[in-house]
Amino acid sequence: MTRLNEIRELTRVRVVLFFREPEAIFWVFIFPLVLAAVLGFAFRSAGVEPSKVAVVQGEGIQRLLEAFQRDEDLDVEVYEDRQEAFDKLRKAAVDALIEPGDPPRLAFDPDRAEAATARLRVQRALTLAMDGGVDAPLGLEPVTETGSRYVDFLFPGLLGMNLMGTGMWGIGFAIADVRRRKFLKRLMVTPMRRSSFFLSFILSRLVFLFLEIVILASFGRWVLGVPFEGDLISFSIVCLLGAITFAGLGILVASRVRTIEGVSGLMNLVMMPMWLASGVFFSYERFPDAIHPVLRLLPLTGLIDALRAIMIDGESIWQQGPESALLAGWCVLTFLVALKIFRWE
Amino acid sequence: MRPAHRHVTPLRNDRVDAQTGIGSEIGNGDDVTVVARGLVKRYGDLVAVDGIDFQVRRGTCLGVLGPNGAGKTTTIEILEGLKTPDGGHVEVLGRSWSESRREIQERIGVQLQETEFQDKLTVLELLRMFRSFYREGSDIEEVVRTIGLLEKRRAQVKTLSGGQKQRLAVGCALLSRPEILFLDEPTSGLDPQARRRLWEVIETFKAGGGTVVLTSHHMEEAERLADDLIIIDHGRVIARGSPKAIIASLGAESVVQFSLAGADPRQLSDEELRTLQGVRSARYEGSEISLSVVRTQAAIAGLFKLIERRGLVLDDLHTHRPTLEDVFVSLTGKHLRDD
Repeated sequence: MTRLNEIRELTRVRVVLFFREPEAIFWVFIFPLVLAAVLGFAFRSAGVEPSKVAVVQGEGIQRLLEAFQRDEDLDVEVYEDRQEAFDKLRKAAVDALIEPGDPPRLAFDPDRAEAATARLRVQRALTLAMDGGVDAPLGLEPVTETGSRYVDFLFPGLLGMNLMGTGMWGIGFAIADVRRRKFLKRLMVTPMRRSSFFLSFILSRLVFLFLEIVILASFGRWVLGVPFEGDLISFSIVCLLGAITFAGLGILVASRVRTIEGVSGLMNLVMMPMWLASGVFFSYERFPDAIHPVLRLLPLTGLIDALRAIMIDGESIWQQGPESALLAGWCVLTFLVALKIFRWE
Repeated sequence: MRPAHRHVTPLRNDRVDAQTGIGSEIGNGDDVTVVARGLVKRYGDLVAVDGIDFQVRRGTCLGVLGPNGAGKTTTIEILEGLKTPDGGHVEVLGRSWSESRREIQERIGVQLQETEFQDKLTVLELLRMFRSFYREGSDIEEVVRTIGLLEKRRAQVKTLSGGQKQRLAVGCALLSRPEILFLDEPTSGLDPQARRRLWEVIETFKAGGGTVVLTSHHMEEAERLADDLIIIDHGRVIARGSPKAIIASLGAESVVQFSLAGADPRQLSDEELRTLQGVRSARYEGSEISLSVVRTQAAIAGLFKLIERRGLVLDDLHTHRPTLEDVFVSLTGKHLRDD
C-alpha cells in the first residue's frame, strides 16, 4: 500500500510542478504546433505555376504573341519600355524578357529554376509556331494529394522530435534540478524506494504524452490535413515506446550532472545529431549510403520511420518489428546504465 | 597575537565525561538510541572525522558543537546513513546501517543542511509526499500545527520566510513520527525570533519523549536545547558533558573583558595579568584583553590598581558569566563563529 501511495504522490508532485511552469507548457504544447504550422504552410503544394514573361513592344511582336498563345502556361505581359521590363526581370517579378526581332532575343537568369522553365516554354512555343504543328499530347497530373505532400512527410518527423525533446528536457531538467537543490539527498534519508522515484518520472511523462499526442495529432489531422492511414493502436504503442525510450535517455543524460548548464549542454550534444540525421525535416537517405546503417540505429530514426510507416503507409506495429525492437533495446539499455551510474547526492 | 592556549589535549574520557555518562562505554540496553565508536572519515588527505565516540540516551538531546569545518556535518551524516565511515562503528536504535537500512529510516527524521524545496509546491503537497514514504507516521494536520504553518499550509514554498522554510524542513522530518530527530544546523542564518520559534518546535518534540541529535555553531542554542554536548574541532572531541559541566570545567566564576584607552593592550604583560589575585588566565583578542577569573571582585580591584600604577586609562570593562563560547576559545584559541 505504501508502495502505491508513494508512487502516486511522487508522480502527482511531478505533474503539479509541470503545470505550474508556464514555459514548460509553451515548449511542450504550443511550440510544436507553431513549428508544424509554419513549416506546413511554407512548404504547401503550389500546383503548376505559369511562367511570367515580359515582351517588349517592337516590330514583329504580333508573331511572338500568337506563338505564345500555344502555351497556356505562359503568362505574357507587354511593356512599352525595355528598361521597365528589364527592371521587372531584375526583381524576378517576371521569369524572362523577350524582345522581338530576327531572331527574337530572350533574357533570363539561368540560376533560377523558374527562369529555366520559362526559357524552355518560350522556345517550345516558338518551335511549334515555326513548324505549324501541334503540341505532342501529354496529360499533366499535378501531384498534390494527401500523403505525398511535404507536410505529410514532415508531420511524423515533428511528432517524433517532440517526443524526444519533451521526454529528455522534461526529465533531464527535473532531475538536475532536484539534485542541485540537494532535494535528492533529502529523499535518500527517507525509506523511499529508488525505483518509485524513477517510475514517477515515467508515469508523469505518460500523462503529458497523452495530452501532447492528442493535441498535436488533432492539429495535424484537422488543420494540416495530414493522413492517419494506420490503426490507432499501432500509433499509440509506437508513441508510448518512443516516449519511454526518451524518458530513459533523459534519465541517463541527467544521471550525473550537477548543474542546469551541464545538463543543457549534454542534452544538446545527444539530441543535435538526431535532429539533423534522423530524418525529421528531410529523409536520411540523402546522406551517403555508407552511413545509413548507423543512422538507422539512432532511436529517433527508428521512432520516425515507424510513425511514418503507420501514418502514411497505413502499416501496423507488427510490420515495424526492427524499429520497435530498436526502441525497446535503447529503452532497456539506457535504464540499465542510468541506474548503474546515477548520482544520488 | 598568538592565543595563550593553542594546543590543548582533547578531553576524551576526562572527568566531565565520567560524570555525565556519555562516554564510549555501552549504556543499558534500550536507553541508548545512538552509539558511535571511533568514527573516522577521510576525504583524500583530509581527515574530517578523527576518532569520535559518543552515545545518545533516549529522550535527551545531544548537541554537536563546533566551528564551521570541524566535522559536525560529516559526523551527523554518518549517523543518518548518508555516509559510510572509513573506520569505527555506528548503531542507531540498536541496528546497523548496513543491515537494517530501511528499518532505521522508517524510525528516524532528518533535516539536512541546505535542502532547497521546490518553490512551486505548497506546504501540504510537500508534506503529503514525504508522508507517503513511511508505513506509519504522523497526521499531516498535526505536523502543520506543530510547526506553526497552519495558515500557510496552502501557500507555495516560495512565499515562505527563511524561518518558515526551516520549520517546514523540520516538519518533513517529523512526518515519520521519529524516535530520533537529526538536525544539522537547523537555525543557521535565521534571525533571533525565527530561531526561537524553531527551538520551541524542537522542545515540543523532546517533551513528547523524542531523542534529538543536533549540530550547531551557536552556543546559546546548544545551551538551551542540549542535555549533553560534545564540542568538536578538527574532527576530534575536545570537550564533552552537560553544558553546565563543560562551562564549569573552565573553573572560572566569570570572564572579565577590558580595553585600554589609546594604548596597546600588550603594555600589560601576560605575566602581570596572570599573577593578579583571583585571575586564572589571560588572553589578548585584538584591542581587548579577556581574563578568566575565579574571584571577580578581587580580580577587578587588582586590575584597577595595576592600571593606575602603570598610568594607563581603562576604556571599556565588562564581565559576564562564562559561556560555552569562552570554553571553546580557551580550548582552541578560536571563536566558534568567525562573524
